[in-house]
Amino acid sequence: MAKSQEKNEAYVRLPYFGLGKLFPYVKKYGKMIFSLVLLGFIGSLVDIIFPLFQSYAINVFITQETLHGLLWFILAYLGFILLQVVANAVSTYQACAVEMYINRDMRRVCFNHLQTLGISYYAQNSVGYIHSRLMSDTGRIGALCAWTSYDAIYHFAYIIGSVSVMLSLNAWLALLVIVLIPVAVLLGTFFQKKYVAYNRKVREKNSVISGNFNEGITGAKTIKTLVIGERTNREFCQDTSEMYRLSVKANKLHSLFMSVVVFLSMFSLALVLWRGGIITQEGVIVVGTLSVFMSYAQGLMEPVQWLISAVSSLVNAQVNIERFTRLMETGSDVTDSPEVIEKYGDAFSPKKENWEKVEGEVTFRDVSFRYPDGDEYVLEHFNLHVPKGAQIAIVGETGAGKSTLVNLVCRFYEPTEGQVLLDGKDLRERSQLWLHSNIGYVLQTPHLFSGTILENIRYGKPDATEEEVIAAAKAVSADGFIRKLKDGYRTEVGEGGDMLSTGEKQLISFARALIADPAIYILDEVTSSVDTVTEQIIQETVSELIRGKTTFMIAHRLSTVRNADVILAVRNGKIVERGTHAELMQKQGYYYELYMCQFEEDRVARSFDREETV
Amino acid sequence: MKRKNKEPIQPKKQSNLRILKSFLRGSIHLFLISIFASLIVTLANMVFPKIIGVTVDSVIGTEPITSPFIQRIVDFFGGVEFLKTRLWIPALCVLATGLVAALFRFINMHFNGKGAERLMRTMRNDLYGKIQRLPYHWFTQNQTGDIIQRCTSDTETVRQFISEQLTSLMRVFILIFFIMLFMFSVNTTLAIVALASIPVVVGGSMFFYGKASKYFTQCDENEGKLSAMAQENLTGVRVIRAFGQENKERERFERQNVYYTGLWIRLSKLLSAFWAYGDFITALQVMLIVVLGAVECVNGNLTTGGFITAISYNAMLIWPVRSLGRMLSGMSKAGVSVKRIAYIMNSEEEKDKPGAVDTDMRGDIEFSHVSFAYDETPVLQDVSFRIPSGSVFGILGGTGSGKSTITLLLTKLYNLKPDSGEITVGGVNVADIRMESLRKNTGIVLQEPFLFSRTLAENIGITREEYSMTDISAASDAACLSSAVAEFTKGYDTVVGERGVTLSGGQKQRAAIARILLQKTPVMIFDDSLSAVDAETDKAIRKSLKENFPGSTVILVSHRITTLMDADDVIVLENGRIAEEGNHEQLLAKKGIYAHVYALQTGKTEVI
Repeated sequence: MAKSQEKNEAYVRLPYFGLGKLFPYVKKYGKMIFSLVLLGFIGSLVDIIFPLFQSYAINVFITQETLHGLLWFILAYLGFILLQVVANAVSTYQACAVEMYINRDMRRVCFNHLQTLGISYYAQNSVGYIHSRLMSDTGRIGALCAWTSYDAIYHFAYIIGSVSVMLSLNAWLALLVIVLIPVAVLLGTFFQKKYVAYNRKVREKNSVISGNFNEGITGAKTIKTLVIGERTNREFCQDTSEMYRLSVKANKLHSLFMSVVVFLSMFSLALVLWRGGIITQEGVIVVGTLSVFMSYAQGLMEPVQWLISAVSSLVNAQVNIERFTRLMETGSDVTDSPEVIEKYGDAFSPKKENWEKVEGEVTFRDVSFRYPDGDEYVLEHFNLHVPKGAQIAIVGETGAGKSTLVNLVCRFYEPTEGQVLLDGKDLRERSQLWLHSNIGYVLQTPHLFSGTILENIRYGKPDATEEEVIAAAKAVSADGFIRKLKDGYRTEVGEGGDMLSTGEKQLISFARALIADPAIYILDEVTSSVDTVTEQIIQETVSELIRGKTTFMIAHRLSTVRNADVILAVRNGKIVERGTHAELMQKQGYYYELYMCQFEEDRVARSFDREETV
Repeated sequence: MKRKNKEPIQPKKQSNLRILKSFLRGSIHLFLISIFASLIVTLANMVFPKIIGVTVDSVIGTEPITSPFIQRIVDFFGGVEFLKTRLWIPALCVLATGLVAALFRFINMHFNGKGAERLMRTMRNDLYGKIQRLPYHWFTQNQTGDIIQRCTSDTETVRQFISEQLTSLMRVFILIFFIMLFMFSVNTTLAIVALASIPVVVGGSMFFYGKASKYFTQCDENEGKLSAMAQENLTGVRVIRAFGQENKERERFERQNVYYTGLWIRLSKLLSAFWAYGDFITALQVMLIVVLGAVECVNGNLTTGGFITAISYNAMLIWPVRSLGRMLSGMSKAGVSVKRIAYIMNSEEEKDKPGAVDTDMRGDIEFSHVSFAYDETPVLQDVSFRIPSGSVFGILGGTGSGKSTITLLLTKLYNLKPDSGEITVGGVNVADIRMESLRKNTGIVLQEPFLFSRTLAENIGITREEYSMTDISAASDAACLSSAVAEFTKGYDTVVGERGVTLSGGQKQRAAIARILLQKTPVMIFDDSLSAVDAETDKAIRKSLKENFPGSTVILVSHRITTLMDADDVIVLENGRIAEEGNHEQLLAKKGIYAHVYALQTGKTEVI
């Protein structure tokens, strides 16, 4: 898992910060973006105009000692204020909206894409990793498209505008101010680069510290019994001191840069006072113009600083764009061919009228299989015929690779060579949705969705009536406990089904499978995480449920598989034995060993329960 | 459910303010320096508009200087006439104030940052240290995620409150005070206009943030929902595929996605209206200053230089005032965080009794009439037994028989309540023994051992300050771990735990056993810790124990008879009571539970 994530991180750098890849998402809001850029530009221009009012006041009212035209002055001033307020209000709203809409669209596209990706993608990437691509990368990109561009335009316009005004007022004096801009840009880029590098280290250290907290809490019992509290404490303090050192360094750089900006604006102010004062004395410019120059000299450095940070957020967002693009460009390793989609429809618009009824005869024909991220073949020229209604058990230790066959039957993976046939036809000749609609799948750790019990059972058959749901629950002996709950079938199960015990969840997931009335059942270690009593209930339910249906049963507890038609024993990813229970026991091989070992343990555990009556 | 955050009443509860004060030790002076530096910056910012004003008025222009104080300064530099031909002198003065401003701005920011980081370090260290001293039952009562939240994001909130909100608040007040002082010295009318706008802006934003906070919460909640929905979809991918529910999932996500976006759009309208309000008020205020300033000039109450100075002062006021409302409304959030941190800091620590003694754990261990209950559920009832020093003692019992509780009580992870029996080591009650010496001399391997996110070698050697690779491999040999290590490409340097390779249950147990062997304790407890290794490895481990640690007391908790067969004495626990006791032969002869289990496990039915 870790390996493939590293691969993802090492994705090739995209040209132009990967902005080209964003075009399809931005295009739709072209008008809005155009308008917000235009309005941002207007707002910024008004900012440049305001000092001119000030200079007019000095040059006309104060110097000529008259208040003639003051009303028009106020009206014009008010007009510009209103213009700016409206421009800013509309453009900030539009920036917010563009951000949110782009986020929404990217999340939607990404989510829908994830629904089509093969199970192998999920096996190779952790849920946390995919989740941050879907939720945080899209968020950062949206913010970049809206705000960074808005800020950049606003400040860029201010710089260009004030430089032009100054140049038109007095070119020589303007040059004195302008010459400092490249200095600020150079210094800013230098500091920013270092600052970003330090910040990355700070973030890394921060996650180490969070990890330490986690370890200190979950490992509390061990830390206490080993009496290494002092040591972990000391090491924790070392980490926080390192964190302190790094963040103070980062902060120092930032502070230094900010004070340089302060100094540069004062420097240009002093220059303007000196040279500007002289030419004012000479009568080249008037006092009002001098004051305008001083306003610009002071106000120019901040936008420059903003522009630099906008560039650095673009650099930071590059990673987000690349990771997002990478996900969107990942194709599924299991896809329906165009002909299949033509006939059966895709996952989002199925053509159910063309779906054939499934009998449930499964055949593995000369199948060789290797996992996409593995080097070794786990199946080689494997042949197995499963007649309709037969029961296949797959046994072996935890982590031995028992799920492989099931993955192939569900077409979560496709064989590297050979074919898997259902009712004599290659799985690839039908759509995935058709196949999945005919499979009842029950997992080791039952996964319920947030919502009511009713909704969860109905998941197997969306148009089921309430009577059907209750009938299904009764069939799996779940009706009793459901009715005891406060809201009965309308009880919210909570996120991940936290409100219910594992056994109860398992029963509900059985009902969910049952109501779909599938031709094939897949039971993946269904009793391994429940207590003995529930196991008993589930066991009885299962044997009723699967009668006459083709069933693939992955089992850790062997007592459940004795009646299977074929037992496949898996060790280190490979099938080492196959046969009926009697055949395998007689063989005294791996299955025999497993069986004896477990039989003993089970009996021991049970003897404690029974002893009271002995 | 028993895992809940009950916030029990604690003795000697420190007030939130006291805790905050204690966190500030070592950083308070940095914050004070930072505030002082910001004072200087403010002053420098006050001075340069004045220099410019006087220069424009009297040096470039011809206004007479009215203030005797300024006259004296101008005279110091050689008088107005002298300066008229040397404008570089006032320019240099501006530059000098700029230098001072820049320097103190640096000090201000740097010390503030330093203080913030130091505060953060103190909080983290204090919390971590505190957590290490909390009793074991505290961890079973509080949720890990919640504690981590308190240690990470709540501390971050407090840090921001102190270093950003509180210091900015002080700075803004100082700024307003000085600006007003200087502005009143320039012109009373303009100063009143500037002052009057402050309550309008601050009041407006406090009103807004008060109103909008419910929308912000709503957005946050719905973002959480959307995020949870995505999480659920990703973790449940197999179920979704197997039931062909991609389309339904898509619709569900889309609904929430659109709803959440809609909430933000609504909030955006509010936000932009609020910003527009702020923009409008401040622009209006600037205009008023310009217009009224011009009127005052024409009326002869203000000079051109004074006009420019007043505008500069006013400009300095705008942003701090606009941020004031937001800061004030953010303060309640910090209060909640401090309270959440105080809950941890006020939890009662595990403590030794005064005058507690050390032990070498070489004496006999004795439980006499011990009873114990978690909450209301009794776990042990009147249990008595004696473990002679240096013997091997076995405990056989099923799930829930109370066998693990015995080990928790012996290591004082749980403490006996008064009048419910006593546990003694060498005749000394464990209640009177120092925890550290008790635990240091008692090695315990848990059924589900915890390994740290470090290399295997570091994990095995964790109880020692220094160790050699020979020690590590010797311990691994004894714990039958070496062959498993050989399969890792990085050998003993393989990082395990949460951020590393996931070991199998048996490998974890063997690593934990190796860890204990290196600790070489007089008492060793194996709490069902051989359950995930096969019978042969179990045997090999027990053999090497016997050879390597001849004088040690060994307590074996198990449900496997072969593990307990060679023990000197075995007790059989059933429902919290001792059902049988004796050595292997004696117990077999009793034909009770032990004999029954033995028969099952060995297939020798003749003994029953």
